[in-house]
Amino acid sequence: MAKADAEQRGLPELIPALEGLAQATERLRAADWNDDADKETPFDSAQGKPKQ
Amino acid sequence: MTIAEAAPRLAKGRLKSEKLTEDCLSKIEELNAKLNAFITVTAEDALAAARQADKDIAAGRYRGPLHGIPVSLKDLLDQKGLPTTAGSSVRKDHVADTDAVVTARLRDAGAVFVGKTNLHEFAFGTTSEDSAFGPVRNPKDPTRSPGGSSGGSAVAIATGMSLGTVGTDTGGSIRIPAAACGIVGLKPEWGQLSASGVVPLSRQLDHVGPLAASVTDAWIQYNAMLPGELRVGADLEPTPVKGLRLGMMSGYLFDRIDADVERVTVAAIESLRKAGATITEVALPHATDMPAIYLHLVFGDAAEYHARTLVSRPQDYTPNVRLRLEMARYVLAEDYIRALRGKAIITREIDRALDGVDALVLPSLSIPAPPIGAATMPVKGGPDPVRTLMLRCTQPFNLSGHPAISLPSGTTPAGLPIGLQLAGHKGKTPALVQAALAVERLLATA
Repeated sequence: MAKADAEQRGLPELIPALEGLAQATERLRAADWNDDADKETPFDSAQGKPKQ
Repeated sequence: MTIAEAAPRLAKGRLKSEKLTEDCLSKIEELNAKLNAFITVTAEDALAAARQADKDIAAGRYRGPLHGIPVSLKDLLDQKGLPTTAGSSVRKDHVADTDAVVTARLRDAGAVFVGKTNLHEFAFGTTSEDSAFGPVRNPKDPTRSPGGSSGGSAVAIATGMSLGTVGTDTGGSIRIPAAACGIVGLKPEWGQLSASGVVPLSRQLDHVGPLAASVTDAWIQYNAMLPGELRVGADLEPTPVKGLRLGMMSGYLFDRIDADVERVTVAAIESLRKAGATITEVALPHATDMPAIYLHLVFGDAAEYHARTLVSRPQDYTPNVRLRLEMARYVLAEDYIRALRGKAIITREIDRALDGVDALVLPSLSIPAPPIGAATMPVKGGPDPVRTLMLRCTQPFNLSGHPAISLPSGTTPAGLPIGLQLAGHKGKTPALVQAALAVERLLATA
């Protein structure tokens, strides 16, 4: 979708860079803290989420 | 001459700020055409301020160790009446109507501003080669980058164009050029030095801090830029190396580094061990996730800041920076939030790594200064992108906000500088600097 958008905006030179971003995003989404969305992280604590 | 050497002589009237400032301006005149470190030079204003400093000191109104000292500012920080270009044509019509908070504090301390230094456009890069004012060049080898994004500031110190300077560090932009140019760069704990009046890259990762010829000079500037109630004095004693507990970072942060960087870093750590420091190996379990976390946070924040000008005047950005900002606009909100969770996890892991030690020790920069224009550099295991290599060892402490400092630890056979990095506990920047002072003194005699 991003590649098609870049082409539509006349920025074909952006496409290889977007492939790099896609790899980084894939890596971020594969990180193990995503495995359990209900698990508390320090980020939640910093936001003051009440402990159950 | 260092700030620490000049200050007592200025205080006693044995050295005049006017002479010191003339010397710096002469260096700028001599070297700036070749090295491109300064965007703006304020020679007349600087000489007038220096003469005033000399008068004030002679009249008994000495303000402290920065009084009469020539200082430069990365052109990302506001100085009243001057443009803050951020190294970009996008801001060519800008004139600051007030000082940044840290500029005002340096002014109050009596610093003499000699000019604004060149940088990677909007601080969005690690080499200082993408600037509307042309690339900054490394004084050790002008075909190479001085590191970035505070490249002009590092060159100013390395060549004596100014005795002090202030930079910013979002992923390593103080420590990387400090390492590449053979000087000291201090990134204090996040939020300690105000970023008000500083063009942001990522407000949650941006740090303001000094670059200097020595740890003591970095400390003097840092101390002057703190809010008054937090200042702890310009004098600093080193922590004894004997008994210093250091955590040597292993794994990802030590695996893919240049062979000369590894040799010099291992030798420095061995010197510390022989001098009585305790060295233990520590690692960050999620270290390999850091580049992805960092990328999504910086991209999200930069896309927000540049949204309007990227649409209204895209042609005014340098091509590489524009490309990265355009790419940044494709970061999804959900991935930005994932990155925020990752940032919190990295912060916790660094806190755990610091548990039981005084500081972490690792290289500042995994490669020596790269050739200008290089896209990749060879390291163990094959070539890696320059940007990834340059950020690798510094970005953890931007994600976590822990204080970190880079100091010279040696050179390659070709004479390119290599930097050693120490990272300390939150709330203990002075203790980190005291440890760095001890390491600096030990390595000077090793």
